[in-house]
Amino acid sequence: MLGELLLMKGNEAVAEAAIRAGCRHFFGYPITPQNELPEYMARRLPEVGGVFVQAESEVAAINMVYGAAGAGARVMTSSSSPGISLKQEGISYLAASELPCLIVNMMRGGPGLGGIQPAQSDYFQATKGGGHGDYHLIVFGPESVQEMVDLTPLAFDLADRYRNPAMILGDGILGQMMEPVELSEMLDVQLPPKEWATTGRSGGRRHVVSSLYLDSSELEKLNKRLQDKYLEIMRTEQRWESLDVEGAEVVLVAYGTTARVVKSAMNLAREEGIRVGLIRPITLWPFPTKAFESLEDVGRFLVVEMSSGQMVEDVRLVVNGRWPVSFYGRTGGVVPDPKDILARIRELARGGGTR
Amino acid sequence: MKQVFKRPQALSDTVMHYCPGCTHGIVHRLVAEAIDELGILDRTIGVASVGCSVLAYEYFECDFQEAAHGRAPAVATGIKRVLPDRVVFTYQGDGDLASIGTAEIIHAATRGEKITVIFINNAIYGMTGGQMAPTTLLGQKTTTTPRGRLAEYHGQPIRICEMIKELDGAAYVTRVASNSPRNIAVAKRAIRKAFQVQLLGLGLSLVEVLSTCPTNWGLTPVESMKWLEEKMMPHYPLGEFKSPGEVK
Ligand SMILES: Cc1ncc(C[n+]2csc(CCOP(=O)(O)OP(=O)(O)O)c2C)c(N)n1
Ligand code: SF4
Repeated sequence: MLGELLLMKGNEAVAEAAIRAGCRHFFGYPITPQNELPEYMARRLPEVGGVFVQAESEVAAINMVYGAAGAGARVMTSSSSPGISLKQEGISYLAASELPCLIVNMMRGGPGLGGIQPAQSDYFQATKGGGHGDYHLIVFGPESVQEMVDLTPLAFDLADRYRNPAMILGDGILGQMMEPVELSEMLDVQLPPKEWATTGRSGGRRHVVSSLYLDSSELEKLNKRLQDKYLEIMRTEQRWESLDVEGAEVVLVAYGTTARVVKSAMNLAREEGIRVGLIRPITLWPFPTKAFESLEDVGRFLVVEMSSGQMVEDVRLVVNGRWPVSFYGRTGGVVPDPKDILARIRELARGGGTR
Repeated sequence: MKQVFKRPQALSDTVMHYCPGCTHGIVHRLVAEAIDELGILDRTIGVASVGCSVLAYEYFECDFQEAAHGRAPAVATGIKRVLPDRVVFTYQGDGDLASIGTAEIIHAATRGEKITVIFINNAIYGMTGGQMAPTTLLGQKTTTTPRGRLAEYHGQPIRICEMIKELDGAAYVTRVASNSPRNIAVAKRAIRKAFQVQLLGLGLSLVEVLSTCPTNWGLTPVESMKWLEEKMMPHYPLGEFKSPGEVK
């Protein structure tokens, strides 16, 4: 695709990518480290005939997204960890009402008010549902500003295709980092028809957006339909990057910012003659189980996260005891140092250490 | 023979689930009549809230969204910002609007969202079985004020119209009642006017309707009408608190 190369902050780049993907409605509330995203939207959306609303809270913002998505718009919101927690009831309603939208979480360290430095400690919340009820978001974990920009239109498209909220799970570094990015041209995006949207009796019929099912068998039917959809998404939408996995003594598993640090650590390990590989999930949900399924000649796994160990649970599930899985994590906004990761790799390559 | 009483087009023929003597049904009818008279059925989107009227979308013929508890004004904001030429209204109880959803109603009014809010004040939580609402009167017994509401212990009942009228984005704020033919006729005109205010893009319009909940008040329908008049009206005076000159 023809594009232009720009030097942009991650937060601003996602915003521009969303606009170029046809998003014209944004509802948000300020929180560090994602403020440049709504600020950019506030500047840019009116120029393209769109609407930016600074809501009174994250709760209101996500419910505005609900209304707008139900009215058929390509719509998004963004926040960071504590704000995403506040949105959870609304996200559950969006998933239950099968409304497409994009939610960006530039994670910061928690729990509680935590800090404003980058973290990956909302993995459970993002990939296991997050709010009440059985549901999933389609979750992407980009490792660079460019990838975040590339995944934005895909996230919108998949949200529409599956009528499901999608999430980009970034972190404070990805949001704040300046990188050169290639953006696609502003496309005249044709949104897929949304016959179900409440736009005022379109087609002469009444349309209702609701997640209320007082009859338990009806609610079970909804749940079954959602689960069928999730199975389909798990079958068709797994995305990941694999590097030198077969024959590796240590296969690292990491996503997002951490994957970049891990790549530096791997270079150091290779210099020492250690055979290392990497599986980098790009979709966090569906978790790329396929990346692990056909593996044969692998020594062991090392999962690295900026958390106390969340994605590692999904790795252990898929590895299912076939190989040892170790974990290394930093928390609170501390970014792992490649040298510390290298130390773990060395240890494991020598056959030592578990957790 | 001339038909003098028929179902408004905007009302579906679904049997309503409301208790005998509950005025939710009356207010639904008034909203539907206003939609009919203004000819806006095909461009109106309602937002139902969480409370006894949660199933309102079953009873109207227009498009509807069902919002989370208290968030109807935010949902309505989302719809209206996407479809500015449509008519968007919320239908909310007093637990929904005056307790869990106070931030949403105040800020929708502050922003001057061009939406219409039908606010049912029945001084109690109906759906969850008769707990105290922010609008519960002093001395009123509910399941969570078993000895009656006490100012120093539970706080004073909240007057929403008096509060919303102070916000510049609110264009039309009025309190009506659903207890007598005369008051119902006034309520009808108020609801119609609230939609007209929206059609003219003047700002947020809010109609508070004093309503009954015989089931949780522990009164008969007839006693309820009397209670509404004798107890509620003195604390919640009827009348227009704010009205734009443009609409009669
Ligand atoms: C987040 C959340 N909290 C609590 C409830 C439970 N709940 C359902 S209806 C209701 C109160 C409704 O009262 P009101 O708004 O006065 O409407 P009414 O039933 O009297 O018409 C509550 C607390 C809920 N559904 N969601
Ligand atoms: S519980 Fe009260 S508010 Fe609810 S339907 Fe019955 S009378 Fe009406």
